[in-house]
Amino acid sequence: MMRKVRHVPGRILMLIAACALLPATVWAIDPEPPFEDPQLEAQYQALINEVRCLVCQNQTIADSNAPLAADLRREIREMMGEGASRSEVVEFLVARYGEFVLYRPRFQPSTWALWGGPAFFVILGMVVFARILRVRMAQPLEGEESP
Amino acid sequence: MWRFLVPVSIFAVLAAFFYRGLGLDPGYVPSPLLGKPAPEFELPRLKDPAAMLGNRDLDGRVALLNVWATWCVGCRQEHGFLVDLAESGAIPIYGLNWKDDRQTALNWLTDLGDPYVASAFDELGEVAIDWGVYGAPETFLLARDGTVLHKHIAPLDEAIWARDFLPKIAEQCGSLPCPLEAGE
Repeated sequence: MMRKVRHVPGRILMLIAACALLPATVWAIDPEPPFEDPQLEAQYQALINEVRCLVCQNQTIADSNAPLAADLRREIREMMGEGASRSEVVEFLVARYGEFVLYRPRFQPSTWALWGGPAFFVILGMVVFARILRVRMAQPLEGEESP
Repeated sequence: MWRFLVPVSIFAVLAAFFYRGLGLDPGYVPSPLLGKPAPEFELPRLKDPAAMLGNRDLDGRVALLNVWATWCVGCRQEHGFLVDLAESGAIPIYGLNWKDDRQTALNWLTDLGDPYVASAFDELGEVAIDWGVYGAPETFLLARDGTVLHKHIAPLDEAIWARDFLPKIAEQCGSLPCPLEAGE
C-alpha cells in the first residue's frame, strides 16, 4: 500500500527559507536605528554580544530585555557614536562592573588560571598518556611467548 | 601506592572546589569601586527638581547612599529598617532613586516614611551605571573624603548592618553617630 504523502507547497518552503536570509539587524533589540557605518555597527554588535547582563547573568546585553541591559546598550552606543574605541568601552564597563561583565575576560593575573587551565590539563593529559604508553610498551603482548 | 594516591588527591581537589562553590552566590558581583573615590554625580533632587544633589552634598560625612525604586520589592522590604536607622540619627542616608516615576516615588515616601536626607532622581539610570548598580536595593557606605568603604547588594537589615557596616564605620570615627564634619 502506498501511503499518501502530503506535500508542503513549495511556496511555503521558499518563504521559510527566505526568513533565514533576513539580515540580523531586523531583529535588533535597540529602539534606535543601526549605525549608518556598517563597520561601526558590526563593532557595536560584536561588543554587546560579549558583555554580560548582570541582571540575568547567562545573557549578554544583546540578548537581554532587562532595563539595565537597555541602559548599557544606550551608553555603549553613545560612546561608540562619539568615536570611543572598543578598549575604551571595555575599560569603562570593567571600571564600573568588574571583569565579570566581560564574557571574554582579559588575560591578567586574576584570570591566568581561567585562560591557562585548559592548556595545563591538555599537557597533563599528554604526560599521563605518554607514561601509560611507555609502561604498556614495556609489557609483552598478550599471547606472545616470553623468551 | 600511586594508583590510589593520584585519584584520591584529584578527587580531594575537585571536592574542595565544588564545596567552596556551594557557598558562593553567583548573584553577588564584587564592586570594583571599593576603596576608590565615589563616582562623580549630579542629579536633580526627587522632591525639588530645581535643586541638585551631588558628591559635594555628601562630602565631609560618613554617609550611606541607598539605591532604591518603587518597582523594587527588596526596597520595600528594607524600607522600615532605613526609616528606623534614619530616626536613630546614626548616619545620614542619601537616596538614589533609580529609573522610577517621580510621582510614584514621592507617594512611596509619603506612605512609607522618608529616611533620606535627600534623594537624587536618576530617571535614565546613567548615574547608576557610573556606580556599577545592577540590582536595587544597593547600599554604599561612603567615608568623609568620599571613598567607597562598602557596598551591600540586597535588602539591609539589623543583622547585616551590625555585621558589615558598623565595624567599617567604627574604623572611621570610633563611636556612632559619626561627627558630621571632618576633624571634629
